[in-house]
Amino acid sequence: MSVEVEIPSSKTYSVLPKMGPDGGVEGEVLEVAMGPQHPSTHGVFRMDVVLDGETVVKLKPVFGYLHRNHEQIAESTSYLGSMPYTDRLDYFCSLTNNWAYALSVERLAGLQAPERAEYIRVITAELTRLVNHTCLAGFLLMDMGALGTPLMYAFREREKILDLFEALTGARMMCNYMRFGGCRVDLPAGWLEQARKIVAEFPRFLDEYENLLTTNEILLARTQNVGVLPRELAINASITGPMLRASGIDYDLRKVDKYGIYERFDFRVPLGDHGDVYDRYMIRILECRESLKILNKALADIPAGPIIDPKAKIRGFRPKAGEAYGRIEAPKGELGFYLISDGGPNPYRYHVRAPSFINLTILEDMCLGHTVADVVVILGSVDIVLGEVDR
Amino acid sequence: MLGSGIIKGMVETARNFVGSYIDENRLVTVEYPEERLPLKEASRNFPFLVYDGDDAAKGLRCVACQICEKECPPQCIYIIKDTAKKPDYIGKMQLQPKVFDIDLSVCMSCQICVEVCPFEAIKMDTEYELSTSDRFEGLLLHKEDLWKSNQYYHKIHPTEAAEVDARLAEEKAKAEAKAKADAEAKAKAAAEARAKAAVPVPAPTPSPTPQPVKTA
Ligand code: SF4
Ligand code: SF4
Repeated sequence: MSVEVEIPSSKTYSVLPKMGPDGGVEGEVLEVAMGPQHPSTHGVFRMDVVLDGETVVKLKPVFGYLHRNHEQIAESTSYLGSMPYTDRLDYFCSLTNNWAYALSVERLAGLQAPERAEYIRVITAELTRLVNHTCLAGFLLMDMGALGTPLMYAFREREKILDLFEALTGARMMCNYMRFGGCRVDLPAGWLEQARKIVAEFPRFLDEYENLLTTNEILLARTQNVGVLPRELAINASITGPMLRASGIDYDLRKVDKYGIYERFDFRVPLGDHGDVYDRYMIRILECRESLKILNKALADIPAGPIIDPKAKIRGFRPKAGEAYGRIEAPKGELGFYLISDGGPNPYRYHVRAPSFINLTILEDMCLGHTVADVVVILGSVDIVLGEVDR
Repeated sequence: MLGSGIIKGMVETARNFVGSYIDENRLVTVEYPEERLPLKEASRNFPFLVYDGDDAAKGLRCVACQICEKECPPQCIYIIKDTAKKPDYIGKMQLQPKVFDIDLSVCMSCQICVEVCPFEAIKMDTEYELSTSDRFEGLLLHKEDLWKSNQYYHKIHPTEAAEVDARLAEEKAKAEAKAKADAEAKAKAAAEARAKAAVPVPAPTPSPTPQPVKTA
């Protein structure tokens, strides 16, 4: 007996008629699915692009392949229980994710992190920013075909910072370190010296990186005037983070909100003026340099003292009914957690305002009129992590 | 000059290439598994159960209170309580786990179980070479696979273990002092009661009926 198996034909592209201005058929355009298993899409992400020759005439981002019900899970576990899950949103920057979540729960429950914990938070967040920005530049170059070299240099430095994270939190990437009202453990012996050493050596690496890249003619040709994001569009689409600042808008939550202890540090907010891919690359390098300033001061000033609010408790944590929104300037943009509590052990509503997700929404506007190869570069410059986009 | 940027970059690459032969900082690759980096003291991987003394079954600190089972975010701990009780480190009679399973394929190494355990019974291990070809049973660890001695805990996390020991010793001393004080108070109360009883009511007279005397 034989069974007939019908194999569904998987269609990855289709040819559509191209309409002329007078409504008649002028030629053909090609509709292609880029991704989800495309190495340039930084994860499982699909773009349905319509191409006229090599030029993009339409682009539809399709995401959700990595959806894992993060918000619903958080609503059914305890407040503390979703802290490790926040690590997995933007898995490059687990410490800033922790901070944003801890901040909103602290607002909800009226806790206040002590001085030393605030300093530790600033130090770890700025180290995270260094990791994120240098690696992003590496990935961006990889998208342009510079296979490996810049990325490996960035990873070499990232490794040193991850070692610091491991010595402090026990894990390199999934740190699960911040707690409501402070931090989990105190800095181990010798950590500050090690951190100071790494921070002192970092400018040398940034110089090296810039020598390698900033004036490179190929990089200039591939990035200048590519993927321009106009100021108005950036504001209207609620773009945040380096993307927004590359378009020349001075908006940095560390300055605007002054959460934590950021008003104590003296740093500048670098701004671009073209809003193209090159500006976005440059902004990140400059932000690294500003982060180093913050780090130097924080590492010098950090006081001794407790690391967690004495009112904080691990077991049986039930904040009173109410709602709170906590947001921070994560390396990718404004990361916010919106919580509603009904007085129970788990949040009634838990929502993540993910910067990668919102920054991705204007992809089409930036890509129209460019070639397929540019789409890859533009996507790289947005700096997305699919763990955060899809949640 | 066109191309000068590229040349600058090339020089940088060359410097890194040559540097990797002479500079420790540029030669960062570790040839695992021939070479291994020492583990950080804080590093964590999967949980294990601590026991005191030499007999694992007897010295297990876990009292099957099931707090960790409830708090574990991905719900990978499974506990069944035993009906028999055994004394814990301060001598209080406590339950013990009959079954204590952790599914490592689900565990996300978050350390929440360690933080919520009130008895210092579960701690994080640093063992990382755990790969197995058995997808289901191989990573489902039972009580017998999970228990490890306090000495082992001291070996992998010396500072933390010393703190835990000090805390436990303090609690034990407190409990003992309390027990002693309680006993003394009890004795005193009893003595007082006896004294009180002795004053108004005369001591009970020996029973009039003499005990039968055993004769040979
Ligand atoms: S490990 Fe700790 S929390 Fe878990 S059941 Fe045992 S005593 Fe309770
Ligand atoms: S480390 Fe986390 S996931 Fe693993 S058993 Fe403990 S609480 Fe559960």
